Amino acid sequence: MAKVGVYVCHCGSNIAGVIDVAAVRDFAATLPDVVIARKDLFMCSDSGQEMVKQDVRDGLVDRVVVAACTPRTHEPIFRAAVEKAGLNKYLFEMANIRDQASWVHGHDHEGATEKAKLVVASAVGKARNLEPLEDKFVPVTDAALVIGGGIGGISAALELANMGHKTYLVEKRPSIGGVMAQLDKTFPTNDCSACILTPMMVEAFNHPNIETLTYSEVDDVEGYIGNFKVKVRRKQTYVDWNKCTGCGDCASKCPSKTPDEFNAGLSDRRAAYIMFPQAVPKKAVIDLDHCINCAGREIGTAPKINQKTGKPILAPCERACPAEAIDRSLVHDPQGAIKEIEVGSIVVATGYQVMEKDWFKEMAPASPNVVTALQLERIISATGPTEGKLLRPSDREKPHTITFVSCMGSRDEHFHSYCSRFCCMYMIKQARLIKEKYPDMVINMHFIDVRAAGKGYDEYYTGARKMGINFFKGKVGGLEMLPGDKLRVLAYDMESATSIDYASDLVVLATAVELPQDAVSLAQKLGLQFCGSNFFRELHPKLGPVETATEGLFLAGCCQGPKDIPDTVSQAKGAAAAAAVPLAQGRVKIEPIISEVRAEVCSGCGICAPLCPYHAISMKRAGEERPRAVIEMSACKGCGVCTSACPSGAIVLHGYEETQIFAQIEALTA
Amino acid sequence: MSFLPNIVGFACQWCTYAGADLAGNLRAKYPPSIKLIKVPCSGRVEPEHVMEAFAKGADGVMIGGCHFGDCHYKTGNYKTANRMKILAKLLEDSGFDARRFRLEWISGAEGYRFAEVVEEFTKELQQLGPNPLKGGE
Repeated sequence: MAKVGVYVCHCGSNIAGVIDVAAVRDFAATLPDVVIARKDLFMCSDSGQEMVKQDVRDGLVDRVVVAACTPRTHEPIFRAAVEKAGLNKYLFEMANIRDQASWVHGHDHEGATEKAKLVVASAVGKARNLEPLEDKFVPVTDAALVIGGGIGGISAALELANMGHKTYLVEKRPSIGGVMAQLDKTFPTNDCSACILTPMMVEAFNHPNIETLTYSEVDDVEGYIGNFKVKVRRKQTYVDWNKCTGCGDCASKCPSKTPDEFNAGLSDRRAAYIMFPQAVPKKAVIDLDHCINCAGREIGTAPKINQKTGKPILAPCERACPAEAIDRSLVHDPQGAIKEIEVGSIVVATGYQVMEKDWFKEMAPASPNVVTALQLERIISATGPTEGKLLRPSDREKPHTITFVSCMGSRDEHFHSYCSRFCCMYMIKQARLIKEKYPDMVINMHFIDVRAAGKGYDEYYTGARKMGINFFKGKVGGLEMLPGDKLRVLAYDMESATSIDYASDLVVLATAVELPQDAVSLAQKLGLQFCGSNFFRELHPKLGPVETATEGLFLAGCCQGPKDIPDTVSQAKGAAAAAAVPLAQGRVKIEPIISEVRAEVCSGCGICAPLCPYHAISMKRAGEERPRAVIEMSACKGCGVCTSACPSGAIVLHGYEETQIFAQIEALTA
Repeated sequence: MSFLPNIVGFACQWCTYAGADLAGNLRAKYPPSIKLIKVPCSGRVEPEHVMEAFAKGADGVMIGGCHFGDCHYKTGNYKTANRMKILAKLLEDSGFDARRFRLEWISGAEGYRFAEVVEEFTKELQQLGPNPLKGGE
């Protein structure tokens, strides 16, 4: 017979302020098999844990139930405690009477106490039926994958590589660098973005431990912490990168134009192109969606022959390439090639996109002189379409009045309720850079609030005010297109309590940060979940900011939530450190909460096998006997779908066994 | 005052159980009617578990899983949806009010939604009255 000890936590006043802890303890003492029922102010404190350990060591209890907060945060702590005292750690069960009782039923103390009693009875019912389980250990592949080659991914990859771990850096675009490569300067120091980023791009690309796979996407992920098998799709470039020298001659000869993503659509690039001058690797790509197959040269077809000269007629890109890296007669697989890699841990640093201005109909999006802040960044960048000259798009004239509008789509219940966090600062940066260059230019900035909470940030903002940049607190209601390509700004100033109405030459919208569409399919491949703001969800908002619900999978940068460069780099280094832990340990623990077939009960019907999402079940025949289901232990993740489906009840999901669940149902309906 | 129904909830540990924890963090209020049994995946819940809870007198049963496409185990929630659709039909056919049985997809980010769902389900059960099987053999 089991000897169950029940320990009820006050959690200071978190639980005891609502629930009658003594009554719950007294009730627990009456439950079958309960030999000890105690309470403590903080069960997770050293003294609380010691109380449990002492009872175990004294041989008083062989099953432990702690009624406290949620097992999602505290089960590992108590499991470790009972294990230290010499009890199998899977003989522990938690009753959640804080997060799911006292915190939500503060209006009904009596009801909360009665509920807590039932929840404790349910946990005791399960505990009585718990079986000891053993952790299993599997070796780890000493390699890491970093998805996303922006500043977050590069930082994480360098950190992992410098710790001595082989690291794959996968980037979907032809070059690493991310959004930071598009920026002109960075706040609050006005460092040139390229000057601090490009050396890191080169360092990562040339690092002996880093294998950079650009123009590549993650196609499929299988496995678990320590042993992920990843298929990376290397997209078809139609250019032999082993030969390409990055001279750009193909791009200069290519006649087909399409908006340049790197310049945020402000200029055109060619179908054959190099992403930007400082690209790493500096290699050309032919974008087949926009290729017009010059000279009838479709990819994979032989060239026509000039009747007069007898020479083949080549497409301009082919003819231009001095390295013979472009050969359109070769048959290329449009799907590219799959590279299979094995890694022990994965860091996701896929970044963000900003909303397009077309979402904001009241902001005259049809006017070319209404631009997003990222577009302005390209306008003032020396590598941008105007080579750094501040010219408005409509007529390439210098503007005299510039308007900045904050919180476009952020802090707005119609779009995103969250704050995009770094817009205030980059707008101030842009305004300062412009004001430094053109002191006479009128710069009006419209904010809901100015959020400048970072090291040196408020000083940077105060400095902007001293430079003569105008700040207005209040929203811009709308813009109207005026003759002469000007825009009428209709705004409100809360400080003077007056409405503002003026003409502006250029309006800059700080549009919200959000996850790109393709993040959804990546999340499904990786098993990532989303938070309420539709960014990837971390394990715990405070104590697990880089971990995810999937062990071995970590987050860095804006894919987890909007953050500026310093925060992204910090998080990336944190994620790298966390991702290196299993690699450094050399082996990982597999929790034994997995399914197992009792072969003597299995009828061999095979219903379970196709249900398994991980293909872990196979039907095996031993001799002349009927086939029986066999579960591959390392592939099983313990969902229990097979257990529920087995008509013979032959499959046991350890930790969630039939007897345990029925005991809980019985306790809750007593 | 109307009676407080007893709801047995089965919650997947990745989504709905996490959503219920978040409701706590947010101090969202809901009636103390529901008590959750944590399962790894809603796909671990068997129709027998639901039937057992009703047979033992639960006034309502709720299964909570991840939204489609969000399942930690890729497809467990689809299997739950299929299984429980049949169960609901069987309950109805056998003369048991299937409104006492709910399948809800609540993510780990939907703390307030968890509270709203429980509140609403509780009200519905209060209108339906106690489980007629309660106290039976």
